Amino acid sequence: MDFGGINPAVLIASLMVASVPIMLAAIGELVVEKAGVLNLGIEGMMIMGAVCGFIAAVETGSPVMGFVGGAIGAAGLALIFALLTQVLLANQVATGLALTLFGLGLSSLLGQGYVGIKPPPTGVVPFGPLRDIPGVGRVLFSHDPMVYLSIAVVAAVWLVLKYSRTGLILRAVGESAEAAHALGYKVTRIRIAAILFGGAMAGLGGAYVSLVRVPQWTDGITAGAGWIALAIVVFASWKPWRILIGAYLFGGITVLQLNLQAAGARIPVEYLSMSPYLITILVLVLISSGKGRAAATAPAALGQNFHAAR
Amino acid sequence: MNRRTLMATAALGLGLAFGSMATAQPMDKVKACFVYVGPIGDGGWTFQHHQGLLAVEAAYGDKVETAYQENVPEGADAERVLTQMALSGCNIIFTTSFGYMDATNAVAAKFPNVKFEHATGYKREAPNVSIYNARFYEGRAVTGHIAGRMTKSGKIGYIGSFPIPEVIQGINATYIHAKKANPDVTISVVWAYTWFDPAKEADAAKALIEQGVDVIVQHTDSTAPLAEAAKTPGVIGFGQASDMSEYKPSPRVSAIVDNWAPYYVKRVGAVLDGTWESVDSWEGIASGEVGIGDITDAVPADVKAEAEALRDAIAAGTYHPFTGPLTKQDGSAWLAEGQTAPDGDLLGMNFYLEGISGEIPK
Repeated sequence: MDFGGINPAVLIASLMVASVPIMLAAIGELVVEKAGVLNLGIEGMMIMGAVCGFIAAVETGSPVMGFVGGAIGAAGLALIFALLTQVLLANQVATGLALTLFGLGLSSLLGQGYVGIKPPPTGVVPFGPLRDIPGVGRVLFSHDPMVYLSIAVVAAVWLVLKYSRTGLILRAVGESAEAAHALGYKVTRIRIAAILFGGAMAGLGGAYVSLVRVPQWTDGITAGAGWIALAIVVFASWKPWRILIGAYLFGGITVLQLNLQAAGARIPVEYLSMSPYLITILVLVLISSGKGRAAATAPAALGQNFHAAR
Repeated sequence: MNRRTLMATAALGLGLAFGSMATAQPMDKVKACFVYVGPIGDGGWTFQHHQGLLAVEAAYGDKVETAYQENVPEGADAERVLTQMALSGCNIIFTTSFGYMDATNAVAAKFPNVKFEHATGYKREAPNVSIYNARFYEGRAVTGHIAGRMTKSGKIGYIGSFPIPEVIQGINATYIHAKKANPDVTISVVWAYTWFDPAKEADAAKALIEQGVDVIVQHTDSTAPLAEAAKTPGVIGFGQASDMSEYKPSPRVSAIVDNWAPYYVKRVGAVLDGTWESVDSWEGIASGEVGIGDITDAVPADVKAEAEALRDAIAAGTYHPFTGPLTKQDGSAWLAEGQTAPDGDLLGMNFYLEGISGEIPK
């Protein structure tokens, strides 16, 4: 089954892999923004995750420890953001941008001795004979654990936000911090927890880049993936399942673009490269006008600092 | 001394002063500066240029001071970096990527006393600009032959950086030598539009492998395509710019190694003894600027012997990788039987040779 020289099963399988880093980072940022915090430092946290994950994996020889290390490293950077914005009440936009620049520099410093080293390989999940089912096997059963984990995280975030009390509290904090505070919820603590979760997810995404997708460490390895994750949150209009669609769309375009070239198709790559951004703009226009407006807007307290006066 | 002789003396003095500026004097100490397009740790292109810097330091010791800047974007930023270097007392500045061409010439015009050396470009608009390049296509001929002999699927993938003559030479040289070794060979080119972006290079390699390619030739600088090739058994590749020996014996079966050290040592030496002149240097396998990395045991012995014979023939000057009869992709004749490609044609190469499918992006 070929389509213009490209096997769709193979294409879908590789776009699932290409989307993992941006999906993880975007779902983390979604939780942060649902709590009313705008963290523009995803790129910085991702690259910290990439370098810490790489170092942890190389030193311990275990990819699992690598992912744990990546999550911890990025959450550590997120903690700085949390202290600055939640305790010292610094401007969130400026702090987030500073976090990206700081993360890029710090990761380069930490990674000095780790250039040109091969990390321990991350295996695929052994599904045995399921893998050999034509088409479906390649798409569903040929990946490493992180691919499945990233989808599981999206599902978990959706469940928690929609059906659990924790999700309700988180959303309340993001919609109206004052009201949540009046009800007795610890706004600052909840927000810090959300920021740390966002950092850990960005870190997992970053570690996936340096441990599985590329597998090596070089300066600037995430190459702007954090900004794409930020765009996906807006594209998804703060809904978890749409993060999945957005990540596959953005990741898929990159893969499709290269596959079309390899297959010798005659479509100028520039059009494909800009299409996800055009779609994002289109979605923004659609959600800011018309019927969908009330259902799909940003959390009301997004980007506003909260200080408990009483 | 009357007024006229005084003026004449003054004029003579001035003339001497200007004269001495124009013809460079030997210097006691020279500051050599390098602009890199990627990080030193890329394990490829920039790494090799930095090896050249280290060779300069080793050769001249206290007489040379070096400085470098990594990750300088090609374009307007480069001009700022170059101006800053020129102002900070650099005597000779090496700009080590094609994209610095216009910036190098623009800044060179403003600082006539600073020597500029631009790698892989073709513009020399000021007398203080030299250009230097290596005949990478000679190496591509050797790796192309190995690629043709080694491929089982008959599909070779080429990760191109930018559609510039240097890269097109590489594609053509790879293709014609692979085809000589195996008439059924086809080549797919993927343009990454970057010199260094490991994630994108890995994706490009992955896309090619999914298209059934089993030999990956890269014209980008990181080791990511080899790391990607290592994931699929039976896929091989070549080290680019640097030996990339950490991927031996397979997927990396050989490599094209750039060795800039002799050129850098020679040019910094020329500034030291005041003999620097603007040149257009284009050396290849013969002078050692292009080296063929160790061919591993993953390659059968007869293929290895053929590749080494090809390398030696190019080094000896008995064989030119672009020897006629060669026809362009559109069917028009390029080189007649026995004719070799003139350098001018190669430097401006903007066409594929017959048998390559696809178009060069404009």
